[in-house]
Amino acid sequence: MERDDLIANDNYSLNATHSDEAGAKIRKKIWKVTGLLTLITAVEVFCGVMIKRGDTWQWSTIKVMFIVLTLVKAGYIIMSFMHLGEERKNLRNVVLVPYVLFIGYLIFIALYEGSSH
Amino acid sequence: MAGDATKVIPKEVLWGGGRSPFSVSYGKMMMWYFLVSDALTFSGLLTAYGFVRHGSEDAWPIGEQVFQALPGLEGHYPLIYVALMTFILIVSSVTMVLAVESGHRNHKKGVVKWLGWTIIGGMIFVGSQAWEWSHYIHGGGGAFQISQAMTVNATTDHKSEPISIALTDGDRVFMDHHFGDLMERYVEGDIAIQLTTTAESVTLVDVYHPEHPVVLEELTLNKYVENKSVVKGAEMMQLWNARTDNFVFGANLETSEYGTQQAYGGFFFFITGFHGFHVFSGVVFNIIIWFLVIRGVYEKRGHYEMVEKIGLYWHFVDLVWVFVFTFFYLV
Repeated sequence: MERDDLIANDNYSLNATHSDEAGAKIRKKIWKVTGLLTLITAVEVFCGVMIKRGDTWQWSTIKVMFIVLTLVKAGYIIMSFMHLGEERKNLRNVVLVPYVLFIGYLIFIALYEGSSH
Repeated sequence: MAGDATKVIPKEVLWGGGRSPFSVSYGKMMMWYFLVSDALTFSGLLTAYGFVRHGSEDAWPIGEQVFQALPGLEGHYPLIYVALMTFILIVSSVTMVLAVESGHRNHKKGVVKWLGWTIIGGMIFVGSQAWEWSHYIHGGGGAFQISQAMTVNATTDHKSEPISIALTDGDRVFMDHHFGDLMERYVEGDIAIQLTTTAESVTLVDVYHPEHPVVLEELTLNKYVENKSVVKGAEMMQLWNARTDNFVFGANLETSEYGTQQAYGGFFFFITGFHGFHVFSGVVFNIIIWFLVIRGVYEKRGHYEMVEKIGLYWHFVDLVWVFVFTFFYLV
Protein backbone atom coordinates (compact mmCIF):
# COMPACT_ATOMS: atom_id res chain seq x y z
CA MET A 1 0.00 0.00 0.00
CA GLU A 2 1.21 3.46 -0.84
CA ARG A 3 2.18 5.41 2.21
CA ASP A 4 0.27 8.63 2.63
CA ASP A 5 2.34 10.18 5.38
CA LEU A 6 5.50 10.88 3.42
CA ILE A 7 6.20 14.23 1.93
CA ALA A 8 7.11 13.83 -1.70
CA ASN A 9 9.07 16.71 -3.24
CA ASP A 10 7.30 19.91 -2.33
CA ASN A 11 3.83 18.47 -2.00
CA TYR A 12 3.22 19.87 1.46
CA SER A 13 0.35 22.08 2.54
CA LEU A 14 2.55 24.82 3.96
CA ASN A 15 4.30 25.16 0.61
CA ALA A 16 1.08 25.43 -1.36
CA THR A 17 2.00 28.52 -3.31
CA HIS A 18 1.15 29.34 -6.90
CA SER A 19 2.16 31.81 -9.60
CA ASP A 20 0.27 34.88 -10.77
CA GLU A 21 -0.95 33.09 -13.91
CA ALA A 22 -2.23 30.11 -11.93
CA GLY A 23 -3.86 32.58 -9.53
CA ALA A 24 -5.79 34.23 -12.35
CA LYS A 25 -7.19 30.83 -13.35
CA ILE A 26 -8.15 30.02 -9.75
CA ARG A 27 -9.88 33.37 -9.34
CA LYS A 28 -11.88 32.78 -12.51
CA LYS A 29 -13.10 29.48 -11.09
CA ILE A 30 -13.96 31.14 -7.75
CA TRP A 31 -16.20 33.69 -9.49
CA LYS A 32 -17.86 30.93 -11.49
CA VAL A 33 -18.74 29.04 -8.30
CA THR A 34 -19.97 32.32 -6.76
CA GLY A 35 -22.34 32.86 -9.68
CA LEU A 36 -23.63 29.33 -9.39
CA LEU A 37 -24.25 29.53 -5.62
CA THR A 38 -26.06 32.85 -6.01
CA LEU A 39 -28.20 31.48 -8.84
CA ILE A 40 -29.17 28.40 -6.80
CA THR A 41 -30.15 30.58 -3.81
CA ALA A 42 -32.23 32.86 -6.06
CA VAL A 43 -34.04 29.86 -7.57
CA GLU A 44 -34.71 28.44 -4.10
CA VAL A 45 -36.18 31.70 -2.79
CA PHE A 46 -38.28 32.13 -5.94
CA CYS A 47 -39.74 28.61 -5.64
CA GLY A 48 -40.24 29.03 -1.88
CA VAL A 49 -42.29 32.19 -2.42
CA MET A 50 -44.22 31.07 -5.51
CA ILE A 51 -45.23 27.52 -4.64
CA LYS A 52 -47.83 27.17 -1.93
CA ARG A 53 -47.25 24.69 0.83
CA GLY A 54 -49.69 21.81 1.08
CA ASP A 55 -50.29 18.15 0.34
CA THR A 56 -49.76 18.66 -3.37
CA TRP A 57 -47.27 16.93 -5.64
CA GLN A 58 -45.82 20.34 -6.52
CA TRP A 59 -44.86 20.98 -2.93
CA SER A 60 -43.46 17.48 -2.41
CA THR A 61 -41.32 17.87 -5.54
CA ILE A 62 -40.09 21.28 -4.50
CA LYS A 63 -39.19 19.99 -1.05
CA VAL A 64 -36.98 17.27 -2.52
CA MET A 65 -35.52 19.82 -4.92
CA PHE A 66 -34.64 22.17 -2.03
CA ILE A 67 -32.72 19.40 -0.30
CA VAL A 68 -30.90 18.36 -3.49
CA LEU A 69 -29.97 21.98 -4.31
CA THR A 70 -28.75 22.47 -0.73
CA LEU A 71 -26.50 19.43 -1.04
CA VAL A 72 -25.17 20.77 -4.36
CA LYS A 73 -24.38 24.10 -2.69
CA ALA A 74 -22.73 22.31 0.23
CA GLY A 75 -20.66 20.22 -2.20
CA TYR A 76 -19.35 23.30 -3.97
CA ILE A 77 -18.51 25.05 -0.70
CA ILE A 78 -16.62 22.05 0.70
CA MET A 79 -14.86 20.91 -2.45
CA SER A 80 -14.09 24.27 -4.01
CA PHE A 81 -14.02 26.95 -1.29
CA MET A 82 -12.57 24.72 1.40
CA HIS A 83 -10.25 23.07 -1.15
CA LEU A 84 -11.09 19.61 0.14
CA GLY A 85 -11.22 18.47 -3.49
CA GLU A 86 -7.52 19.29 -3.80
CA GLU A 87 -6.40 17.53 -0.63
CA ARG A 88 -5.09 13.96 -0.51
CA LYS A 89 -7.76 11.33 -1.01
CA ASN A 90 -7.23 9.90 2.46
CA LEU A 91 -7.78 13.24 4.16
CA ARG A 92 -10.95 13.68 2.14
CA ASN A 93 -12.17 10.29 3.34
CA VAL A 94 -11.20 10.91 6.95
CA VAL A 95 -13.37 14.03 6.92
CA LEU A 96 -16.31 12.90 4.83
CA VAL A 97 -16.83 9.18 5.48
CA PRO A 98 -17.39 9.26 9.28
CA TYR A 99 -19.64 12.28 8.87
CA VAL A 100 -21.79 10.79 6.13
CA LEU A 101 -22.04 7.46 8.00
CA PHE A 102 -23.06 8.96 11.35
CA ILE A 103 -25.44 11.56 10.00
CA GLY A 104 -26.99 9.17 7.49
CA TYR A 105 -27.66 6.82 10.37
CA LEU A 106 -28.94 9.60 12.65
CA ILE A 107 -31.39 10.91 10.05
CA PHE A 108 -32.58 7.40 9.22
CA ILE A 109 -33.16 6.46 12.84
CA ALA A 110 -34.83 9.78 13.73
CA LEU A 111 -37.28 9.60 10.85
CA TYR A 112 -37.89 5.87 11.30
CA GLU A 113 -38.53 6.10 15.04
CA GLY A 114 -40.24 9.47 14.69
CA SER A 115 -42.96 8.12 12.44
CA SER A 116 -43.59 5.01 14.54
CA HIS A 117 -45.67 6.62 17.28
CA MET B 1 6.94 28.32 -6.01
CA ALA B 2 5.06 25.16 -6.91
CA GLY B 3 7.26 22.24 -7.82
CA ASP B 4 10.34 23.85 -6.33
CA ALA B 5 12.10 20.69 -5.24
CA THR B 6 14.91 22.49 -3.48
CA LYS B 7 12.64 23.82 -0.75
CA VAL B 8 13.25 21.94 2.46
CA ILE B 9 10.50 21.49 4.98
CA PRO B 10 11.70 22.90 8.28
CA LYS B 11 11.80 20.27 11.00
CA GLU B 12 9.78 22.31 13.47
CA VAL B 13 6.60 22.21 11.37
CA LEU B 14 6.59 18.42 11.10
CA TRP B 15 4.37 16.52 13.51
CA GLY B 16 5.81 14.92 16.62
CA GLY B 17 6.55 11.70 14.76
CA GLY B 18 8.74 13.47 12.25
CA ARG B 19 6.19 13.25 9.47
CA SER B 20 3.07 15.09 8.39
CA PRO B 21 0.22 12.68 7.70
CA PHE B 22 -1.78 13.44 4.56
CA SER B 23 0.89 16.04 3.69
CA VAL B 24 -1.02 18.45 5.84
CA SER B 25 0.28 20.59 8.66
CA TYR B 26 -0.83 19.75 12.19
CA GLY B 27 -2.90 22.92 12.55
CA LYS B 28 -4.86 22.42 9.38
CA MET B 29 -5.58 18.78 10.22
CA MET B 30 -6.88 19.77 13.65
CA MET B 31 -9.05 22.47 12.12
CA TRP B 32 -10.63 19.80 9.92
CA TYR B 33 -11.21 17.55 12.94
CA PHE B 34 -12.80 20.42 14.82
CA LEU B 35 -15.06 21.22 11.87
CA VAL B 36 -16.19 17.61 11.56
CA SER B 37 -17.17 17.54 15.24
CA ASP B 38 -18.88 20.92 14.95
CA ALA B 39 -20.73 19.69 11.87
CA LEU B 40 -21.95 16.69 13.89
CA THR B 41 -23.28 19.08 16.54
CA PHE B 42 -25.19 21.16 14.02
CA SER B 43 -26.49 18.03 12.30
CA GLY B 44 -27.74 16.77 15.64
CA LEU B 45 -29.59 20.04 16.23
CA LEU B 46 -31.14 20.12 12.78
CA THR B 47 -32.12 16.45 12.97
CA ALA B 48 -33.76 17.09 16.36
CA TYR B 49 -35.64 19.98 14.76
CA GLY B 50 -36.82 17.72 11.93
CA PHE B 51 -37.76 14.98 14.41
CA VAL B 52 -39.92 17.30 16.52
CA ARG B 53 -41.49 18.90 13.48
CA HIS B 54 -42.24 15.50 11.95
CA GLY B 55 -44.13 14.43 15.06
CA SER B 56 -45.95 17.72 15.59
CA GLU B 57 -49.73 17.42 15.75
CA ASP B 58 -50.51 21.04 14.89
CA ALA B 59 -49.65 22.85 11.68
CA TRP B 60 -46.04 24.03 11.66
CA PRO B 61 -45.45 27.77 11.01
CA ILE B 62 -44.58 28.58 7.38
CA GLY B 63 -41.28 30.40 6.80
CA GLU B 64 -42.49 32.86 4.18
CA GLN B 65 -45.40 33.94 6.42
CA VAL B 66 -43.28 34.38 9.55
CA PHE B 67 -40.27 36.08 7.93
CA GLN B 68 -41.51 38.73 5.54
CA ALA B 69 -40.33 42.08 6.84
CA LEU B 70 -37.56 44.34 5.60
CA PRO B 71 -35.94 46.92 7.90
CA GLY B 72 -37.56 50.32 7.62
CA LEU B 73 -40.20 49.26 5.10
CA GLU B 74 -43.92 48.58 5.30
CA GLY B 75 -45.50 45.67 3.46
CA HIS B 76 -44.69 42.03 2.89
CA TYR B 77 -41.48 40.75 1.36
CA PRO B 78 -41.50 37.02 2.04
CA LEU B 79 -38.00 35.58 2.62
CA ILE B 80 -36.32 38.55 0.91
CA TYR B 81 -34.35 39.64 3.94
CA VAL B 82 -33.10 36.17 4.79
CA ALA B 83 -32.19 35.64 1.12
CA LEU B 84 -30.17 38.83 1.30
CA MET B 85 -28.43 37.60 4.46
CA THR B 86 -27.63 34.30 2.72
CA PHE B 87 -26.19 36.19 -0.23
CA ILE B 88 -24.05 38.38 2.02
CA LEU B 89 -22.64 35.33 3.80
CA ILE B 90 -21.89 33.57 0.49
CA VAL B 91 -20.12 36.68 -0.80
CA SER B 92 -18.07 36.95 2.40
CA SER B 93 -17.10 33.32 1.86
CA VAL B 94 -15.96 34.24 -1.65
CA THR B 95 -13.85 37.15 -0.44
CA MET B 96 -12.30 34.69 2.03
CA VAL B 97 -11.27 32.29 -0.77
CA LEU B 98 -9.79 35.28 -2.57
CA ALA B 99 -7.82 36.17 0.57
CA VAL B 100 -6.49 32.59 0.73
CA GLU B 101 -5.62 32.75 -2.97
CA SER B 102 -3.70 36.01 -2.43
CA GLY B 103 -1.91 34.30 0.45
CA HIS B 104 -0.76 31.54 -1.89
CA ARG B 105 0.94 34.21 -4.01
CA ASN B 106 2.40 35.79 -0.85
CA HIS B 107 0.59 38.95 -1.83
CA LYS B 108 0.10 40.75 1.45
CA LYS B 109 -1.95 43.65 0.08
CA GLY B 110 -4.42 41.24 -1.47
CA VAL B 111 -4.85 39.32 1.78
CA VAL B 112 -5.45 42.56 3.73
CA LYS B 113 -8.02 43.74 1.21
CA TRP B 114 -10.02 40.52 0.87
CA LEU B 115 -9.87 39.56 4.53
CA GLY B 116 -11.04 43.11 5.28
CA TRP B 117 -14.09 42.65 3.05
CA THR B 118 -14.78 39.30 4.72
CA ILE B 119 -14.84 40.98 8.12
CA ILE B 120 -17.26 43.63 6.85
CA GLY B 121 -19.52 40.95 5.33
CA GLY B 122 -19.52 39.03 8.60
CA MET B 123 -20.41 42.13 10.57
CA ILE B 124 -23.31 42.91 8.24
CA PHE B 125 -24.56 39.35 8.65
CA VAL B 126 -24.39 39.44 12.46
CA GLY B 127 -26.12 42.84 12.45
CA SER B 128 -28.84 41.51 10.16
CA GLN B 129 -29.38 38.56 12.42
CA ALA B 130 -29.69 40.89 15.41
CA TRP B 131 -32.35 42.83 13.53
CA GLU B 132 -34.17 39.65 12.60
CA TRP B 133 -34.10 38.38 16.18
CA SER B 134 -35.42 41.68 17.44
CA HIS B 135 -38.21 41.61 14.87
CA TYR B 136 -39.01 37.98 15.72
CA ILE B 137 -39.09 38.67 19.47
CA HIS B 138 -41.17 41.78 18.97
CA GLY B 139 -43.66 39.94 16.75
CA GLY B 140 -46.07 40.90 14.01
CA GLY B 141 -48.91 42.31 16.11
CA GLY B 142 -49.70 39.53 18.52
CA ALA B 143 -52.73 37.32 19.02
CA PHE B 144 -55.48 36.61 21.52
CA GLN B 145 -57.46 33.48 22.25
CA ILE B 146 -61.22 33.34 21.90
CA SER B 147 -63.44 31.91 24.60
CA GLN B 148 -66.12 30.21 22.53
CA ALA B 149 -66.61 28.22 19.32
CA MET B 150 -67.96 30.17 16.35
CA THR B 151 -68.05 30.20 12.56
CA VAL B 152 -66.96 33.29 10.63
CA ASN B 153 -66.67 34.28 6.99
CA ALA B 154 -63.10 35.11 6.00
CA THR B 155 -61.32 36.03 2.78
CA THR B 156 -58.06 34.38 1.79
CA ASP B 157 -55.35 35.90 -0.36
CA HIS B 158 -56.13 34.26 -3.66
CA LYS B 159 -59.89 33.77 -3.58
CA SER B 160 -62.39 36.57 -4.00
CA GLU B 161 -65.27 34.77 -2.33
CA PRO B 162 -65.26 34.52 1.44
CA ILE B 163 -65.11 31.07 2.93
CA SER B 164 -66.58 30.09 6.26
CA ILE B 165 -64.13 28.97 8.91
CA ALA B 166 -65.14 27.11 12.05
CA LEU B 167 -63.21 28.12 15.16
CA THR B 168 -63.12 26.33 18.46
CA ASP B 169 -62.73 27.56 21.98
CA GLY B 170 -59.12 28.65 22.54
CA ASP B 171 -58.22 29.32 18.90
CA ARG B 172 -55.89 32.21 18.19
CA VAL B 173 -56.91 35.38 16.38
CA PHE B 174 -54.18 37.71 15.10
CA MET B 175 -53.99 41.51 15.10
CA ASP B 176 -52.05 43.65 12.61
CA HIS B 177 -48.88 45.22 13.95
CA HIS B 178 -50.09 48.84 14.25
CA PHE B 179 -52.98 47.80 16.43
CA GLY B 180 -51.02 45.05 18.17
CA ASP B 181 -48.20 47.40 19.22
CA LEU B 182 -50.58 49.67 21.14
CA MET B 183 -52.64 46.72 22.38
CA GLU B 184 -49.50 45.17 23.88
CA ARG B 185 -48.91 48.32 25.89
CA TYR B 186 -52.57 48.44 26.89
CA VAL B 187 -52.50 44.83 28.05
CA GLU B 188 -49.36 45.53 30.05
CA GLY B 189 -51.25 48.28 31.88
CA ASP B 190 -49.75 51.36 30.23
CA ILE B 191 -52.13 54.13 31.35
CA ALA B 192 -51.16 56.27 28.34
CA ILE B 193 -53.12 53.93 26.08
CA GLN B 194 -56.88 54.38 25.99
CA LEU B 195 -59.29 51.89 24.52
CA THR B 196 -62.65 52.96 23.07
CA THR B 197 -65.11 50.33 21.90
CA THR B 198 -68.37 50.98 20.06
CA ALA B 199 -70.68 48.42 18.45
CA GLU B 200 -68.74 48.68 15.17
CA SER B 201 -65.21 49.73 16.03
CA VAL B 202 -62.30 49.49 18.41
CA THR B 203 -59.94 52.44 18.74
CA LEU B 204 -56.69 52.75 20.64
CA VAL B 205 -55.13 56.12 21.39
CA ASP B 206 -51.79 56.98 22.91
CA VAL B 207 -52.57 60.10 24.96
CA TYR B 208 -49.17 61.55 24.10
CA HIS B 209 -49.91 61.19 20.39
CA PRO B 210 -53.68 61.75 20.17
CA GLU B 211 -53.39 62.76 16.52
CA HIS B 212 -52.66 59.12 15.56
CA PRO B 213 -55.54 56.97 16.78
CA VAL B 214 -55.33 53.32 15.69
CA VAL B 215 -58.56 51.67 14.58
CA LEU B 216 -58.94 47.91 14.39
CA GLU B 217 -59.45 47.27 10.66
CA GLU B 218 -59.25 43.51 10.43
CA LEU B 219 -58.35 40.35 12.28
CA THR B 220 -56.43 37.45 10.78
CA LEU B 221 -56.94 33.72 11.22
CA ASN B 222 -54.19 31.15 10.64
CA LYS B 223 -51.70 33.95 10.16
CA TYR B 224 -48.57 31.78 10.12
CA VAL B 225 -49.93 28.48 8.81
CA GLU B 226 -51.93 27.29 5.80
CA ASN B 227 -55.27 29.00 4.99
CA LYS B 228 -54.30 32.43 6.22
CA SER B 229 -57.49 34.52 6.01
CA VAL B 230 -58.85 37.89 7.02
CA VAL B 231 -62.06 38.78 8.87
CA LYS B 232 -63.59 42.28 8.71
CA GLY B 233 -66.70 44.17 9.76
CA ALA B 234 -69.35 42.78 12.10
CA GLU B 235 -67.73 39.35 12.31
CA MET B 236 -64.43 40.93 13.26
CA MET B 237 -66.27 42.57 16.20
CA GLN B 238 -67.77 39.21 17.09
CA LEU B 239 -64.25 37.76 17.35
CA TRP B 240 -63.05 40.78 19.29
CA ASN B 241 -65.88 40.46 21.80
CA ALA B 242 -65.11 36.78 22.31
CA ARG B 243 -61.51 37.54 23.34
CA THR B 244 -60.02 36.24 26.55
CA ASP B 245 -57.22 37.75 28.59
CA ASN B 246 -54.79 35.36 26.92
CA PHE B 247 -52.75 37.63 24.72
CA VAL B 248 -49.41 36.68 23.23
CA PHE B 249 -47.06 39.17 21.57
CA GLY B 250 -44.01 38.05 19.61
CA ALA B 251 -41.82 35.29 20.96
CA ASN B 252 -39.81 34.46 24.03
CA LEU B 253 -38.53 31.28 25.63
CA GLU B 254 -41.95 30.43 27.09
CA THR B 255 -44.41 31.28 24.38
CA SER B 256 -44.66 32.56 20.82
CA GLU B 257 -47.37 33.96 18.61
CA TYR B 258 -46.01 32.06 15.58
CA GLY B 259 -46.98 28.58 16.60
CA THR B 260 -48.75 26.74 19.34
CA GLN B 261 -45.68 24.49 19.54
CA GLN B 262 -43.15 26.00 21.89
CA ALA B 263 -40.49 23.93 20.08
CA TYR B 264 -40.68 26.26 17.09
CA GLY B 265 -39.48 29.33 18.99
CA GLY B 266 -37.00 27.30 21.01
CA PHE B 267 -35.33 25.74 17.97
CA PHE B 268 -35.28 29.09 16.19
CA PHE B 269 -33.49 30.77 19.08
CA PHE B 270 -31.11 27.90 19.69
CA ILE B 271 -30.09 26.99 16.14
CA THR B 272 -29.86 30.48 14.64
CA GLY B 273 -28.34 31.70 17.91
CA PHE B 274 -25.71 28.96 17.95
CA HIS B 275 -24.91 29.71 14.32
CA GLY B 276 -24.87 33.46 14.97
CA PHE B 277 -22.41 32.91 17.80
CA HIS B 278 -20.18 31.00 15.38
CA VAL B 279 -20.34 33.93 12.95
CA PHE B 280 -19.57 36.36 15.74
CA SER B 281 -16.52 34.42 16.93
CA GLY B 282 -15.46 33.99 13.28
CA VAL B 283 -15.49 37.77 12.87
CA VAL B 284 -13.38 38.14 16.03
CA PHE B 285 -10.84 35.55 14.76
CA ASN B 286 -10.77 37.24 11.36
CA ILE B 287 -10.04 40.61 12.94
CA ILE B 288 -7.16 39.16 14.98
CA ILE B 289 -5.64 37.46 11.91
CA TRP B 290 -6.20 40.63 9.87
CA PHE B 291 -4.08 42.67 12.29
CA LEU B 292 -1.38 39.98 12.29
CA VAL B 293 -1.34 40.05 8.47
CA ILE B 294 -0.95 43.83 8.52
CA ARG B 295 1.88 43.56 11.02
CA GLY B 296 3.65 41.22 8.61
CA VAL B 297 3.74 38.20 10.91
CA TYR B 298 2.88 35.77 8.10
CA GLU B 299 5.05 37.55 5.57
CA LYS B 300 8.00 36.88 7.89
CA ARG B 301 6.86 33.29 8.39
CA GLY B 302 6.89 32.78 4.61
CA HIS B 303 3.37 31.45 4.27
CA TYR B 304 -0.22 32.50 4.95
CA GLU B 305 -1.53 29.17 6.21
CA MET B 306 -3.17 30.85 9.19
CA VAL B 307 -5.48 32.65 6.74
CA GLU B 308 -6.28 29.29 5.18
CA LYS B 309 -7.15 27.76 8.54
CA ILE B 310 -9.38 30.61 9.61
CA GLY B 311 -10.80 30.48 6.08
CA LEU B 312 -11.84 26.87 6.64
CA TYR B 313 -13.75 27.92 9.75
CA TRP B 314 -15.38 30.80 7.91
CA HIS B 315 -16.52 28.60 5.01
CA PHE B 316 -17.89 26.13 7.51
CA VAL B 317 -20.06 28.88 9.03
CA ASP B 318 -21.40 29.62 5.54
CA LEU B 319 -21.96 25.91 4.97
CA VAL B 320 -24.06 25.57 8.13
CA TRP B 321 -26.14 28.58 7.15
CA VAL B 322 -26.96 26.97 3.80
CA PHE B 323 -28.62 24.13 5.74
CA VAL B 324 -30.28 26.35 8.34
CA PHE B 325 -31.69 28.45 5.49
CA THR B 326 -33.18 25.42 3.77
CA PHE B 327 -34.64 23.67 6.80
CA PHE B 328 -35.79 26.69 8.78
CA TYR B 329 -36.97 29.07 6.12
CA LEU B 330 -37.70 27.14 2.92
CA VAL B 331 -38.98 23.65 3.68
